Amino acid sequence: MGNPKIIQKIVFFLLAAATVAIIIPVALIFIIILVNGLPALTPEFLFAAPRSGMKAGGIFPALVGTIYLTLGTMLFSLPLGVLAAVYLTEYAKESWLTRVIEVAIVNLAGVPSIVYGLFGLGAFVMFLNLGASILAGSLTLAIMTLPVIITASREALTAVPKSFREVSYSLGASRWQTVWKVVLPNAVPGIITGTILGLSRAAGETAPILFTAAAFYLPKLPQSVFDQVMALPYHIYVLSTQVPNVPVKIQYGTILVLVMLVFIMNITAAVLRARFRKRKLW
Amino acid sequence: MQKRYFEKLVEAAVFLSGLTAVLFVILIFVFLFRESAVFFSRVNIFAVLGGRNWYPLSEPPQFGFLPLLLGSLWVTFGAVVVALPFGLAAAIYISEVAPARLKDILKTGIELLAAIPSIVLGFIGIVVLAPWLKNLFNLPCGLMALTGSILLGFMAMPTIVSIIEDSIASVPRSYKEGALALGATHWQTIRRVILPAALPGIIAAVMLGIGRVIGETMAVLMVTGNAAIIPTSILQPVRTLTATVAAEMGEVVRGSLHYYALFGIGLVLFVITFVINLVADLVLHRKRV
Amino acid sequence: MVAKIIVEGLTISYEGQPAVRNLALAVEEREILSIIGPSNSGKTSFLKTLNRMNDFLPGFKMEGRIALDNRDIYRELDVLLLRKRIGMVFALPLPLPLSIFDNVAYGPRLHGTKNAAALNAIVERCLKASYLWEEVKDRLTTPAFCLSGGQQQRLCISRTLAVEPEVILYDEPCSGLDPISTAKVEEAMRELKEKYTQILVTNNTKQAARVADRTAFFLMGELVEIGTTSELFTRPKDQRTDDYIAGRFG
Repeated sequence: MGNPKIIQKIVFFLLAAATVAIIIPVALIFIIILVNGLPALTPEFLFAAPRSGMKAGGIFPALVGTIYLTLGTMLFSLPLGVLAAVYLTEYAKESWLTRVIEVAIVNLAGVPSIVYGLFGLGAFVMFLNLGASILAGSLTLAIMTLPVIITASREALTAVPKSFREVSYSLGASRWQTVWKVVLPNAVPGIITGTILGLSRAAGETAPILFTAAAFYLPKLPQSVFDQVMALPYHIYVLSTQVPNVPVKIQYGTILVLVMLVFIMNITAAVLRARFRKRKLW
Repeated sequence: MQKRYFEKLVEAAVFLSGLTAVLFVILIFVFLFRESAVFFSRVNIFAVLGGRNWYPLSEPPQFGFLPLLLGSLWVTFGAVVVALPFGLAAAIYISEVAPARLKDILKTGIELLAAIPSIVLGFIGIVVLAPWLKNLFNLPCGLMALTGSILLGFMAMPTIVSIIEDSIASVPRSYKEGALALGATHWQTIRRVILPAALPGIIAAVMLGIGRVIGETMAVLMVTGNAAIIPTSILQPVRTLTATVAAEMGEVVRGSLHYYALFGIGLVLFVITFVINLVADLVLHRKRV
Repeated sequence: MVAKIIVEGLTISYEGQPAVRNLALAVEEREILSIIGPSNSGKTSFLKTLNRMNDFLPGFKMEGRIALDNRDIYRELDVLLLRKRIGMVFALPLPLPLSIFDNVAYGPRLHGTKNAAALNAIVERCLKASYLWEEVKDRLTTPAFCLSGGQQQRLCISRTLAVEPEVILYDEPCSGLDPISTAKVEEAMRELKEKYTQILVTNNTKQAARVADRTAFFLMGELVEIGTTSELFTRPKDQRTDDYIAGRFG
C-alpha cells in the first residue's frame, strides 16, 4: 500500500488532466470556428441571399428565419410559462397534483428534439392544418422551451421574500393583486434571464423545425406566419451534408454566425443577471 | 362583485396554465400513439420490434426496429463509457480539488460546451473527429459508432458534470470534516465518504446523460454513417432511432406505411426517455429526502 | 354601545395543536388594548386571526365567533374588506421595495384611488400621523429601504393608516427598535387613539403600562385576566398575573 499522500498527488493530477481533457477541445472548437469563419463575415455575407446553389452569396434569409422563429417561440412560451410558474408558486398547495405537474415538466425537458419534430408534424402541420410554417415551427419550439421558462420563473418567484406578500395581503389585497403588483415585478429580472437562455437554445435547434418550418431554399423572404422559412441550424445541416463542394469558408461562416447569435444571447443573460443582482432593492 | 369575478377568472387561467405541462406530455403521447397505431395495427409487432432488417424502401418493405434500437444502444453505451470517467473526474476535481478562481473558469468552460448547438458539434465531428479516427484506425471512412460515441459522450459532459457536482456539494460538510478529523487524506475522504454519499446523484447523472444521448439527433445523424445494420463492432457505421426519423421523414410519402413506421420509432423513443427521466427524477428526489 | 370587536368561544389550532383555548373578550371602540404574556401564549395567533392572516397557514383551524361591529368576520364579512378595516403593523419593519411615497400609496391604489392629488394628500396626512413627515418630506421618491429601522416602522404605520382602517393591530412593533424610535411609535399610538381602535401585543410589560387603556394577560393559550391597565398592574385578581408582572416567571 503506497503512501496515501503520494497516491493523492497522483490521483489529483489525473483528475485535473481529465478535466483539462474536456476543456481543451471546447477551446479548440471555438478557435477553429473563429479562425475559419471570421474571414467569411462580410456585410454581403450577412445581408445577401445564397446564390449558385448555396455555394456563394450570403445567409440573410436563414438569419431572418431564425429570428422570426425565436420571436415566435417567445410569444407562445413566455406568457404560458410564467403563468404556469405563478400557479405553482402562488396558488397551488402541495398535493399530488403539483407533484404530477413537476414530473411532467421534467419529462418535457427530456423529450428528444426529434420527437418534438414528429409531434409538431402530426399536431400542428397535419392535424391543425397549419402546414410547414413559421407558426407550426414556433409552436413546436415553444413547447420545447416551456419547461426551461417555467423552471426559471419558479426560481425567480420563490426568491421574492415572503414578507412582501404578507404586507400586501394585510392591506386588503387579493391574491392576483399581490402577484401582479408585488411579486411579479420583483421576479421579472430572473424571468428575463431564464427566458433568454431558453430562447438561445431554441434558436440553435434543428430537429424540431426539420418538418415543421424549415425549407431548403426559398427565393423570397417569408410574407406571413404561414410561410415556410429558412433557418440557420438547418442551413448548416444543408451546407454540410446536402450540397456538395460548398466552400469551407461559407460553412464556417454560417456556423460562426449561429454560434455568435447563441453566445450574444447567453452573455446578455449573464450580464443582466449580474446587473439585477447589484440593483436589488432588498 | 366584479372584482370577485375577475379574481376567479384569473385563478382559472393560472390553474389551466399550470396544467399545460401535463397536457402537453399527454398530447405528445397521444399523437405519437395515434399515428404509430396505424403502423402497429398493420404489422406484426414482434416481427417489427425484433426484426433484423430495416429496408423500408424494398418490395415488400421490411420494418425491423432491431438494428436501429441496437444502433442507439451501441452508441449510447459507448458514450457513457466515454463520458462517465471524464465527467466524474471533472466533477470531483471542480468541486473538491480545484482552487476557487480555477473552479469558476472550469465551470464556465463546461457551460460553454453546453451552449454549443448540436448541429455545430456534428459539423466539427464530420470535419475533425471522423478524419482523425479514420487515420487512427486505418479505415476507409471515419463515420461510425465510435465517432458517435465520442462526440455524444462529449456532449453529455455538461449534464453529467453538473449533476454530480450538485450531488457532491450537497453531501453534508460534517461527513467530510469528520473523516478529515480522523486523519484521512482529502482523497481518502473523497473516495470513502463523499462519493458513496453522492452515489444516488451519480446514478441519476448517468441516467439523465443516457437520456440526453439517446435523444440526440443531428450530431448522431451526421457522424455515425447511417447504415441500418446490426452492429458487431464499434468501428462500424450504424443507424440510431433518432437519425432514422430525421433522415427519412423528409422523403417519405405522407400517409404511407413508412410514414407511420417513423412515428412508431418516435413512440419508442418517447417511451424510453420518459421511463429514464421518471426513474432519474425518483432517484434524485428520494436522495433529497 | 356594542363593543368594536367581540370574541366568543375562540379556539385556534395549527395541525391539531391548540394555540388558543376558549377565548372570550371584547375590545371597546377607540381604546388601546394591550395583550401581554410569555412567549407561546397564543397572543400573536389571536392577533393574526382577527384580520384573518392566519388563513394562509396550512392546517389552521378556528372555532368560535369573532364579530366586528357585530358582523361575523368569517361568515358575514368579505375577507379583503376586513383586512382593509383591520390593519396590521408587524414585528419587523417590512417596507416594500418601493419609494417612501409608493409604500404609503400602495394601499389606496389597491382599493381604487388613482387621482394624484388625492394620493398626495393621503400620503402627507398618514406620514404626519406617524410623526415621520418632517423627516422624509423632501425625499418621498427615495427608496424606503434607505430609512433607519425606526423610520421604517413608522412608515409601516403610515402605510397601514393609508387604507383608513378602523382597527390597528400591532404585533410587538418595537421589538427591534431603539428607545427613541420606540418613544416616537408610542406617541403616535396615543395620537391615533382619537380615531382608531388599537390592539397591541407586546412582550414588554412596561410598554403596556405606558400606553394601554386596558390590558389582557394570556398564558398558555388562555385569557387569564383582563382589566384596566392600572388595576391589572397594581391589584391583579389572579396570582399568575401578579407573578408574571413581577417577573417571577416569563
